[in-house]
Amino acid sequence: MTELGRRYREAFDASEAQGDGPLVFPFLAAGFPSPEETPDLVRAALRGGAGGLEIGVPFSDPLADGPAHQRAYTVALAAGAALETALEAVRCAREAAPDAPITLMGYLNPFLSFGASIRSAIGTPGDAVGQPLDALAQRMAEAGADGVIVVDLPVDESDAAREVFARHGISMIYLLAPTSTEERIAAVAERASGFIYLVSLTGVTGAREQVAADFEAFVGRVRALTDAPLAVGFGISRREHVEEVGRLVPAAIIGSALTTAIASAPSDGRVAAVERYLEVVTGRRSEETSE
Amino acid sequence: MTKESGAFGPFGGQFAPETLMPALFELEAAWSEAQADAEFLAELDSLLRDYVGRETPLTHAARLSEQLGGAQIWLKREDLAHTGAHKINNALGQVLLAKRMGKPRIIAETGAGQHGVATATACARFGLECVVYMGAEDVRRQALNVFRMGLLGAEVVPVDSGARTLKDAINEAIRDWVTNVRTTHYLIGSAIGPHPYPVIVRELQSCIGREARQQLQEKIGRLPDVAIACVGGGSNAIGLFHPLIDDPVRLIGVEAAGEGLAARHAATLSAGSPGVLHGTRTYVLQDEHGQITEAHSISAGLDYPGVGPEHAWLMLTERAEYVSVTDDEALEGLKLLSETEGIIPALETAHAIAYAATLAPTMSSDETILIGLSGRGDKDVEIVRDALTLRSS
Repeated sequence: MTELGRRYREAFDASEAQGDGPLVFPFLAAGFPSPEETPDLVRAALRGGAGGLEIGVPFSDPLADGPAHQRAYTVALAAGAALETALEAVRCAREAAPDAPITLMGYLNPFLSFGASIRSAIGTPGDAVGQPLDALAQRMAEAGADGVIVVDLPVDESDAAREVFARHGISMIYLLAPTSTEERIAAVAERASGFIYLVSLTGVTGAREQVAADFEAFVGRVRALTDAPLAVGFGISRREHVEEVGRLVPAAIIGSALTTAIASAPSDGRVAAVERYLEVVTGRRSEETSE
Repeated sequence: MTKESGAFGPFGGQFAPETLMPALFELEAAWSEAQADAEFLAELDSLLRDYVGRETPLTHAARLSEQLGGAQIWLKREDLAHTGAHKINNALGQVLLAKRMGKPRIIAETGAGQHGVATATACARFGLECVVYMGAEDVRRQALNVFRMGLLGAEVVPVDSGARTLKDAINEAIRDWVTNVRTTHYLIGSAIGPHPYPVIVRELQSCIGREARQQLQEKIGRLPDVAIACVGGGSNAIGLFHPLIDDPVRLIGVEAAGEGLAARHAATLSAGSPGVLHGTRTYVLQDEHGQITEAHSISAGLDYPGVGPEHAWLMLTERAEYVSVTDDEALEGLKLLSETEGIIPALETAHAIAYAATLAPTMSSDETILIGLSGRGDKDVEIVRDALTLRSS
């Protein structure tokens, strides 16, 4: 079993030592556009310069996601994708990049389907969702995952789940939003391992023209309460965004823009599109030559 | 940070994206303050009396009881409330709450359109901006209610994702709320969603059960033996049940069995399993991978693959029973009440009638069944006509 949070820590430390800008963690929806293509797209993202990966677990009702991810999940589910597809993507990423931190991201209900539901009247809703996650945590650890983001499991209900994941060496990655109060930031800071995911804006996932104007103030409020590594996501799509947020936080997460790049590439050009997109956002290739 | 409040045993809770959590806390605080504020309660009371027309009557269904040849059936007439269903009780209460929180914009989801109409009505009454999310398929099926909402000044946004019905409308409303949470109140129409919604909706609908309890005691000097209500999300049922929860009254919720429990249905408690949907842990319809499956009912208001978490708890603790009734049986129930009592019930309500029609003959004539008549059927006549034509051809 991996020591809790080790790969995240080493990746952030190495990136800081090199001083070449923020890590980029691309998000790939598992099974989009088909389960067969996911391993190649995972490898392409890592070749293109991904400092780690987020693997999205398809869900029928992704209520924090914008149109790009909704469509990707719908396509993935229609193509037969499931949680197994995401675990396979994790295995594949681990094989291709032994040191890159790999995070599974999704909504609670598909995660719960791996374990038997608690039908007894004992315990709280938080206990009832935490305990069945043990089977998933074990499978994640075997596949080589480092962390998990559960979009609809806020810190308030997360204690049982966090303990279950931690037993298997899986970090629970918490989200904070611009609306998060100081009390909530402190509650997350106290429990964080791996990194803290800052949602850059009040809204759903999706590419935006600009980084939210109040992002710097938001980072300041979080920084005042924790030294944990921070990564920013939601709305980040271009190299200039990565450079801009990189001055404030050590990692950027890119989802919808990459999903859109995959969706708009010809079917035989998706692998190349992912690799090229990563090269551009990580600054390995300039935008002009990418056209 | 362990949360005790908002839990119904292992059901309920707050499974929402972080962005919304502060708004849920704000709502919870505003709700408790409002509950302790005599002025708020007086304003709500006066609205319910002078605008909605409460209390609603309790009608003895004498001919129906006689025809069924068993228990005496009494109807709690929410169909006579302003806008024709119980939904207005909740909509007005939450609009008052939004005003109190200083939120000028209201969003809501709607299936058949009854909650959308109630919300648009309450917003018109108080001059608040109103946006209603409605599945594109429901927009097509319920064109008249879409027009009604427009007349009331609301904007109806058709939702094209998923099966384009109620579940998808809720997803889209939540996405709007995540984006506009600082200025917007999400007015959920049923006893579902993250805490504090199931509690707020229950309390705002409890006037149904409180009034019925007292009215029945005045009329026959005792409580009913059985209380029956239809359950989709379960707001009218919890409103009827909750004031009777400590009484020796059998509580029966009737879900929509659609085309049958082996086929397409919306009987979440009867045939679903525990899961997390729309911010709450409850029973849901899902496949073995935890993907939410499509619900089906002839009644758009019951067409939801989740259910209020308190109903899951009442089932687990065996305080209430949950049964189901098919589309065909509901249509028979609708005809039965129309022909015997001159009341055309909503298709949702017709499920409760249909079940009562099977239960009443097994009871004695000095026993009593109380039915929550949650809404009137005017909105459904077109669907009923088409369904009956199809079945007779």
